[in-house]
Amino acid sequence: MLSIKNLHASIDGKEILRGINLEVKTGEIHAIMGPNGSGKSTLSAVLAGKEDYEITEGSVTLNGKDLLELSPEDRAREGVFLAFQYPVEIPGVSNINFLKTAINEIRAYKGQTPMEAKDFLALVKEKQKLVELDGKLANRSVNEGFSGGEKKRNEIFQMAMLEPKLAILDETDSGLDIDALKIVAAGVNKLKSKDNATIVITHYQRLLDYIVPDVVHILYKGKIVKSGPKELALELEEKGYDFIKEEVGA
Amino acid sequence: METIVKLNTIKDKLIAEFESSKSSLFGDTTIREKALEAFSKQGIPGRKSEEYKYVNMELALKGDFAFSSTQKLSAKQLESTQFLNDAIVVVIENGKFNSEYSKTNSLPKGLQIVNISDAVSNDVFKKHYSKYANVNLDPFIAMNTALTSGGVFVHVAKSAVIEKPIHIVHVTAVSENTVLNSRNLIVVEENAQATIVESFQTVDSKAKSFNNALTEIVVEASAVVDHYKIQDENACLPDRQDFGHLISTTQSIQKKQSNFTTHTFTLSGLLVRNNLNMVLDDEFIESHLNGLYLTNGNQVVDNHTLVDHRKPNCNSNELYKGIIEDKSSATFNGKIYVRKDAQKTNAFQSNKNILLSDDGTINTKPQLEIYADDVKCSHGTSTGKLDEDKIFYLRARGLSEASAKKLLMHAFASEVVDTIKIDALREYVEAKISKRFE
Ligand SMILES: Nc1ncnc2c1ncn2[C@@H]1O[C@H](COP(=O)(O)OP(=O)(O)OP(=O)(O)O)[C@@H](O)[C@H]1O
Ligand SMILES: [Mg+2]
Repeated sequence: MLSIKNLHASIDGKEILRGINLEVKTGEIHAIMGPNGSGKSTLSAVLAGKEDYEITEGSVTLNGKDLLELSPEDRAREGVFLAFQYPVEIPGVSNINFLKTAINEIRAYKGQTPMEAKDFLALVKEKQKLVELDGKLANRSVNEGFSGGEKKRNEIFQMAMLEPKLAILDETDSGLDIDALKIVAAGVNKLKSKDNATIVITHYQRLLDYIVPDVVHILYKGKIVKSGPKELALELEEKGYDFIKEEVGA
Repeated sequence: METIVKLNTIKDKLIAEFESSKSSLFGDTTIREKALEAFSKQGIPGRKSEEYKYVNMELALKGDFAFSSTQKLSAKQLESTQFLNDAIVVVIENGKFNSEYSKTNSLPKGLQIVNISDAVSNDVFKKHYSKYANVNLDPFIAMNTALTSGGVFVHVAKSAVIEKPIHIVHVTAVSENTVLNSRNLIVVEENAQATIVESFQTVDSKAKSFNNALTEIVVEASAVVDHYKIQDENACLPDRQDFGHLISTTQSIQKKQSNFTTHTFTLSGLLVRNNLNMVLDDEFIESHLNGLYLTNGNQVVDNHTLVDHRKPNCNSNELYKGIIEDKSSATFNGKIYVRKDAQKTNAFQSNKNILLSDDGTINTKPQLEIYADDVKCSHGTSTGKLDEDKIFYLRARGLSEASAKKLLMHAFASEVVDTIKIDALREYVEAKISKRFE
């Protein structure tokens, strides 16, 4: 489904991603771990289409389509979803209104008619329940005054509403208490199907007890230096990143 | 030098106009003569004038002008200016009250609306007319007071509550260059309540119009007045941005425990200058000033506000926001006086702008003059671009760049738009914002 080949990206002339290779198939969950500053958020931003980065080399395709050619909105419409590490607050823009616009623009892109108001409301209700998001939050301005945990839950709520093909969760677990973590993980698992795929970025193997990955990758200084089964996360947690540093001889 | 000559020519023409028409003008000639004297002293402000340096009057008044117009509106032209279904409509056609087009025949109890020229012997009118808008303060107040040829007198009796908004439609349709000086006096007596909407539109742009409109509003003790100005000179001809000159002065005076809210929405018009002067003349008064201006093309919009705290224990709260596009220019100049007597004053002011182009200009100048020591005053201004991170967040959810920007524009404006209490009016303004950023 997703195929990243030799991806290099830089910002302000500084190379952050230095040759990433990653293949994700439908139905899979991939975890990406790595120390602070290794380029995890950069990779997700590049996949989502943030224009600040310059792609100097490599390719990214989603189901054969050149992703790098597309605008951020067209990537979203093709099924890419990024749950942001730091979701922005947008005072004055209601969560629900903006999601309605999003859904209808995605539908228009696919040549579908706008969703009926009552169907939309039913969908909101259903997905709110799925991620146990307080109804009041759904109706408020996007993330305005939300706690850290509420913001993360709102990201998953949006993901549930948009039903992406490829979801990238950038440290969605950070700052979540264990109950919230379980709810978010349960939401992700419920949304999982044989037709979609998920990339979870995390520092902690705890999340991976709930969202069980098929593959774990370790990103280090802009490169995937090691990939392995879910046990790799455990090893990483035990030994810290030093063993990676030793292994790659950095 | 040449500038002064030109401005002086205009001034002389205005003075000559006064001399030749004064016998036919309504009301007290002494008031007019004093105003003319004040006008002669001040003249038309040029580019060197501190108060008018961002508006080019010379350009606005270039050419020959008539000082009144007998041109009539067609029913169709009138229709295009009506956007409140359920309102008491008062039509000011080319600076004069049109009773035929106004719906003022059967008014609710306690409300009186008459042609200003028919009000001159009314005691309430005499008590208040031209008592607050100071002819020595501003040349356009002086010009209006000297030359006005019409408008309305609105009187809301003690304790009367007028449910429907009173919609004063200022509509201009001239086929030769014309200077208009409409004048309204609104008196809301003790404990009474009223909502006033003033709209400004030009429906015929074959010639240049220069509309110098002045409204005085008296808010007596414990009265509550909600006032709106909707300035949309080009609304009927949205493809044209090259016409409409409006000087709009609002002068309010408030008495004890009264509550006055005024909103200024400037949506189009080549040159719009607002002078909003508020006097808080007693204790425990509340005043709110909200403004939103959307400028584009070569538009020039200039908001000057003056809040004069004269007595203790009053609150004023001012919020002006602007979105500036293209080569347009917007000015916000907010003066707050807190006089020596006005202890325990709370006065807040905020001006926020979004600049969408590299060629647009914003001049923002808060001026606080505080002579009392026990007060809470604050002011803040900001000018920025649309937040790229917010745009990206919305686009990453599937919104086009245009929809994302539109949503953010609405969000920015909403702080002001949400203060509109009339649903139909809020929807009207929201629709204008949407249309503007399509
Ligand atoms: N706008 C920018 N200009 C310059 N350097 C940047 C910019 N944005 C990110 N970087 C740098 O790129 C590197 C990778 O950052 P990134 O946010 O991708 O790391 P990360 O792996 O997500 O880290 P964390 O675990 O802390 O979230 C860091 O060294 C960071 O300082
Ligand atoms: Mg990160």
